[in-house]
Amino acid sequence: MATYSFILNGKQVSVDTDGSVRLLWVLRDLLGVTGPKYGCGLDVCKACTSHINGKAFNPCSVQVQDIKSTDQITTIEGLPATANADLHPMQQAWLDNDVAQCGYCQPGQIMAAVALVKEAQANGTTITDADLDGLRNICRCGTYVRLRQAIQDGAQNM
Amino acid sequence: MPEHGRSNVGRRRFLGYLIAAPTLAVAVDWTATQFDPQRADASVVTPPQPEDIYDLGDMQNDAAAPTSGLITVTVNSDGTASFAVPRAEVGQGMTTAIAMMVAEELDLGLDKVSITLADARPELEMNQLTGGSNSMRSMYTPVRTAAAIARQRLVATAAAKWGVSAGQVTAANGVLSGPGGQTFSFGELAEAAAANTVSSVTAVLKQRPDFKILGTPQGRIDARDIVTGKKQFTMDLQIPNALPTMVARPPTINGVPRSVNNESAVLAMPGVTDVAMLPNGVAIRAATQGQCIDAIQVIDVTWGPGTVDGLSDDTIESQLTAALPALTTPVELLAQTVKADFFFAFASNSPLEPDCAIADVRGDSAEIWGCLKVPIVAQGEIASSLGLPQSAVTVHVTEGGGSFGRHLFHDTAAEAALASQKMGKPVKLCWSRPDVFRQGRVHPMSVSRVQASYLAGNVLTYEQRHTSVQTDFGHGLGEMITATADKLPVAGGLTMSQTIFELTESSPYNFGVTNQSLNEVNLQFNTGSMRNIYSPNVVTAQELVVDQLAAKMGKDPVSFRQAFIKDSRLLAVLNKAASAGGWGKSMPSGTAQGIAVHSEYQGAIAVLVEIDCTPATVNRQVADAVTGPRVTKATVVVDPGFAINPTGLEAQMIGGVEDGIALALTSSLHIKDGLPLEASWDNYFYTREWNTPAEIDVIIMPATSDSPSGAGELGVAPAMAAVACAYARANGSMPTRFPINHDAKLAFTPYPAEPSSVQSPTDGLDHTF
Repeated sequence: MATYSFILNGKQVSVDTDGSVRLLWVLRDLLGVTGPKYGCGLDVCKACTSHINGKAFNPCSVQVQDIKSTDQITTIEGLPATANADLHPMQQAWLDNDVAQCGYCQPGQIMAAVALVKEAQANGTTITDADLDGLRNICRCGTYVRLRQAIQDGAQNM
Repeated sequence: MPEHGRSNVGRRRFLGYLIAAPTLAVAVDWTATQFDPQRADASVVTPPQPEDIYDLGDMQNDAAAPTSGLITVTVNSDGTASFAVPRAEVGQGMTTAIAMMVAEELDLGLDKVSITLADARPELEMNQLTGGSNSMRSMYTPVRTAAAIARQRLVATAAAKWGVSAGQVTAANGVLSGPGGQTFSFGELAEAAAANTVSSVTAVLKQRPDFKILGTPQGRIDARDIVTGKKQFTMDLQIPNALPTMVARPPTINGVPRSVNNESAVLAMPGVTDVAMLPNGVAIRAATQGQCIDAIQVIDVTWGPGTVDGLSDDTIESQLTAALPALTTPVELLAQTVKADFFFAFASNSPLEPDCAIADVRGDSAEIWGCLKVPIVAQGEIASSLGLPQSAVTVHVTEGGGSFGRHLFHDTAAEAALASQKMGKPVKLCWSRPDVFRQGRVHPMSVSRVQASYLAGNVLTYEQRHTSVQTDFGHGLGEMITATADKLPVAGGLTMSQTIFELTESSPYNFGVTNQSLNEVNLQFNTGSMRNIYSPNVVTAQELVVDQLAAKMGKDPVSFRQAFIKDSRLLAVLNKAASAGGWGKSMPSGTAQGIAVHSEYQGAIAVLVEIDCTPATVNRQVADAVTGPRVTKATVVVDPGFAINPTGLEAQMIGGVEDGIALALTSSLHIKDGLPLEASWDNYFYTREWNTPAEIDVIIMPATSDSPSGAGELGVAPAMAAVACAYARANGSMPTRFPINHDAKLAFTPYPAEPSSVQSPTDGLDHTF
């Protein structure tokens, strides 16, 4: 048992737990932040996708002891604040395209989409079909065509 | 009293009840005699098969008749309306459609309607089952009736207050207006309109041309909660002291724990609070799910045998093939035949959300939270296993992160209840991803033998003998069949599965003497339906044979179908799909179109796909994935009778196409020595981004009915069949084993059978982007 601290959605938080506990359980079970979903715990389904210092990652596969006290962790709950709005443009694009079915994968999908677009913008490129093919987030309801359209729409407003 | 026997259903009056309550509350008695949906007329030459005249949805409606309870729409003082729907929402958009029904008949904004999921209500008996694409069909008239009566009562209350006739009061968008410009909001009259005693009332429902909300495209009512992370699934609920609990499971399906050999060592692990033996595993409760997984790596359990030890894919298939019945339809001497045997592998009906339930069992009562499509059966069986009366068990129905058939059963809720009872503490019991694939429900392996005969431009016979590992229907549908046995137009002596097969499967073609039947081999797998029951496999075999018949008889697949389809609605969607999808266009070598039709739950659908089987596509490399042929475009044309929400219907069709692609090309379970090898989404290859078509066009036909057909499952079978037919045309030979990659070298390295849950990686920071 030790105390671990990091910045979660703009606020410094700390938690007492075992250092090997993966960040997903720290968020969900100890801090009650349930936007990141458990779909496999194997870094495969990507339902827990969140951001660390602005980059997409999967907290199911990171031990809390590997997180620094200055690291900025952003979950879906903290995404609108990064755009200084009630909804991030990617979330709005999701609403405009009525993307979600059951909704279980969607927080992770949105967080992955935002990171993908930011990466493309940093490289001075736009999102291609090949970029979209490279996303590994699973939607078991199969709403991929709406996901792809929403990512393109959201990118226009980011 | 309602007027019966009118030919125009839209002008009938429907009966409901004003309920004594603090604010206006209107209930309807959900009876089939009053609320029977219209049925499509079909002109047929081949004598109708049972599904044509009486299908699974009809059976559910009739079963509801003798015992139904009241369902109630309430108008609240804040101007909202609320309704607790006795159904499960698992992603299909049911709550949005129900809200639209209430909003339409009340003349209230959609954003003012609150839909929640009702707890288990034993008095509803068979009325609380979500399945068989039946929810829209069964709820459409009752819910609108309750809302229409509520509106009528609000209008009458306003008229009385203003001293005018009801005809002088109008209602729009939650506001009542009088002839002198007076207004009341619904909220202002919610108490005044409330009844002191129960009385019966009738109302006329709106006609379709008058609809302002029904039939218009609407986004999901829970979309904003979903995209902001606020929507709560079972695992997200914060129930006091319900700590994460996971289960160490046996190395073969349904194995049993004999002893735990290091319990004190496990209890000494960080975070672990309790260990308890369950019928099929050992439950571990801890401060975090991760610490449960840690303990599963360490626990030493002696396991007894399971129920299918030693069985593998090849031995199971041998048993099915041996059980195929002889073909019995006589074939004319001069007729030629097409004959083929098809194989369909085991498939997993797992949603993305792993099975999860919360239980808080006390000495004399229990409270359960779970996504349960048949909560009354869950309540009864859990009460029985706990030794409590059914009335002492409260069952809350939570929203599901998908279902696909999985939530018809309450396996996880039953486990959670036992674990909570044994530990004497609340538990949030969650299956691990490997558990879900390896020990969870599966769609059974099946084989289908088809023979059709033709002579002089006519198809004379069509015979299909489908043989499957037994499907478990022990979730309430069985009781429903027993209750309606006298009304079913199927022969006596059929098993429950055979009855359901007869109610869901029918050939849409005039193929002369038509015989389709099911028989089953009873192996002790944990089985269930999977977004449809038999149709995807049965229809795929059928449509491949139809393409063979067309080729042998020198016809194009579309013109052949046009010549033999029985139903005019099905012919219309076929024609539309062929024209909208550009059937017959010139395509490069190695690519092809495929088309298939399907009719079920009073809906008609055609799917046209384009597939790319060129080497460059088939051999593309994606890490930890199956690539192979890619469907590049799909055109879906659906006649849903009446589309309540075109946006939601389109979503169901899109999902159906992706499911069909997976079943045809990539997704299956491999059984080896009594256990599936698959344990992750990178083993079980559901359609992924690199498999999906970039384009799925969904065309909804103009309404052909005043009532909606079933839609949740409708798209899967014709999509799977169209992909199979396209694959056959692109490659010049008909595939007979599905999915097509099932017999190829495994595309993954299987995780070991033990420990049953796989430890999470630690290198996540190496893969950021």
